[in-house]
Amino acid sequence: MEKVYGRTAAIQKDMVSSLCPGCMHSTMFKLIGEVLEKLDILSRTASVFGIGCCGLGMQYITYDNVTAPHGRACAVATGVKRSTPETIVYTYQGDGDLASIGLGETISAANRGENITVIFVNNGIYGMTGGQMAPTTLVGMKASTAPGGRNPKEHGYPLHMCEILNQLTAPVYLERCTCNTPANVIKTRKAIEKAFQNQIQGAGFSMVEVVTSCPTNWGLDPIESLKFLEEKMLTEFPLGVYRDRQEA
Amino acid sequence: MKRTFMKGCEAIAEAAVRSGCRFFAGYPITPQNEIPEYFARRLPEVGGQFVQGESEVASISMVYGAAQTGTRAMTSSSSCGISLKSEGISYCASAHVPIVYANISRGGPGVGTIQPAQQDYFQATKASGNGGFRMMVFAPSTVQEAADMTYAAFDYAQRDRNPVLILADGVLGAIIEPVVLPPMRPDEEVSAMKKAQRSWALVGHDPAKEPRSFIEPGHWSIQEQEQSCKDNAALYDSWEKDAQEESLMIDDAEIVIAAYGISGRIARSAVSLLRKDGVKVGMIRPKTVSPFPEKAFDKLNYKRVKAILDVEMSIPAQMVYDVRLAVKDRCPIETCLRSGGEVIRREEIIASVRALSKA
Ligand SMILES: Cc1ncc(C[n+]2csc(CCOP(=O)(O)OP(=O)(O)O)c2C)c(N)n1
Ligand code: SF4
Repeated sequence: MEKVYGRTAAIQKDMVSSLCPGCMHSTMFKLIGEVLEKLDILSRTASVFGIGCCGLGMQYITYDNVTAPHGRACAVATGVKRSTPETIVYTYQGDGDLASIGLGETISAANRGENITVIFVNNGIYGMTGGQMAPTTLVGMKASTAPGGRNPKEHGYPLHMCEILNQLTAPVYLERCTCNTPANVIKTRKAIEKAFQNQIQGAGFSMVEVVTSCPTNWGLDPIESLKFLEEKMLTEFPLGVYRDRQEA
Repeated sequence: MKRTFMKGCEAIAEAAVRSGCRFFAGYPITPQNEIPEYFARRLPEVGGQFVQGESEVASISMVYGAAQTGTRAMTSSSSCGISLKSEGISYCASAHVPIVYANISRGGPGVGTIQPAQQDYFQATKASGNGGFRMMVFAPSTVQEAADMTYAAFDYAQRDRNPVLILADGVLGAIIEPVVLPPMRPDEEVSAMKKAQRSWALVGHDPAKEPRSFIEPGHWSIQEQEQSCKDNAALYDSWEKDAQEESLMIDDAEIVIAAYGISGRIARSAVSLLRKDGVKVGMIRPKTVSPFPEKAFDKLNYKRVKAILDVEMSIPAQMVYDVRLAVKDRCPIETCLRSGGEVIRREEIIASVRALSKA
């Protein structure tokens, strides 16, 4: 019988995941691995992980990895890529990492048009540290540091990274996806593939934002989380291609 | 040997390139702007990369990234900018990423003054970031030393897989002096040095064929973290042999000046003038302030030495604590200090020595 689907060689075989049930980080590690294998770049890829649950993947993947200081992944990736252009470099960052403490590094790398791939996992909350408010937390959504819910008068409004980076001239590709259904998972994989292809072609800065869930810190079970994601998160963070210079 | 006139900052940058440095990232701050400006012109000529980072925090992270690929990489800044780099320096020390950086230091805490000072001694030698790591710290007192020490710093960084600091100040950065530059390493040697790092370097490895590069600035397992701290401690202990100093006219000295960097340079000229007047004065000038050359203080004849005069452009004094540890109460220690951007005057040192020798 022909084997049509197998485990990606980018994920270690003997690891037990420490991610929570329903966490989409695991889906993301798999999708990225599948793309690296498909494009045959696994042996020349360097992953730069942010700090947070997003960084837990460092233990599960089989290929080169470094942890960046919290928020600095785009700066670290800049150094890796500029000094060794033949290496494929991507960052993997949560919303606290990429959009709060690392906002300056993210925007500056995008504005320089660094030839790197950025995978931005937006779960609307600080996962690892236990549910504090993130720059992407929805208005009214409760967080451990916003017990009454996000209040625009006090906390401002959620930050939209694809839209913000779309104000810059240099980025070549910006797309927002999600992983709530098999169809959307396939779309996300396609977006990731494109973001890596851009880098292989030397096109410049690509970012794929993936809206995900954090059942544990949302205080919802995995099924309820999917519902919240569809009804609330995707209303605030519309899916779609924000920029595609390669297509244009 | 060809001698050229060069500014301290530029000699540091050129020596780095000659040692094989092919990546620099930095953020503007006086009095070290000539370092990034020199690299911006020079690195493209040798196939290297210069990036003006959006901040010191980002610049050191870029250097952390570049050095992980086995590329010799450097950054520089001054005092308050160095504070911002402490995050990345600590990451480099923890993850064993060899980098070189220079602090062309200025006066006071906070934004301080832009004039020269030696107020960053504790930061440089004791706590350049969180976590109790240590580094080799070189303190040049001439442009020649700045060039030679920078050249060697890359080899020490590579040897130890640890950051190395060049601790200079605004005078040394701006002064123009004759210098014999160290030899340019040929391109083949530079790329061979990079290739030699491949086993651990973040350049991509085939998971089916070889172990991956896994650069860890921390550990999930507390046992691994403790072991890593122990390994680091053993590395730091091994540096005793690397301590360097200049001992000047100490054999018959009754007063011994302890001074480093720019203060040491000014003190040297005070020593020669005082000697002409028959004052028995000598000097110990640490060239590495970490490791501190403690043994040099054991060579003093404490039956003869009346006092040590610690001379620093720092108020309060900082190196004096290392001097105390080295002197071990064998004689009194006095200080002669200026700061805030005031460059210490030779006459001030001479007056302090005379007062001690009459006492
Ligand atoms: C300089 C610094 N500040 C704070 C922290 C603590 N910290 C660890 S993870 C994290 C945030 C994680 O949230 P996010 O980036 O959204 O990623 P997630 O865990 O949701 O994947 C923080 C603040 C740190 N490690 N370093
Ligand atoms: S806390 Fe949230 S982000 Fe972290 S593993 Fe659990 S579900 Fe995923």
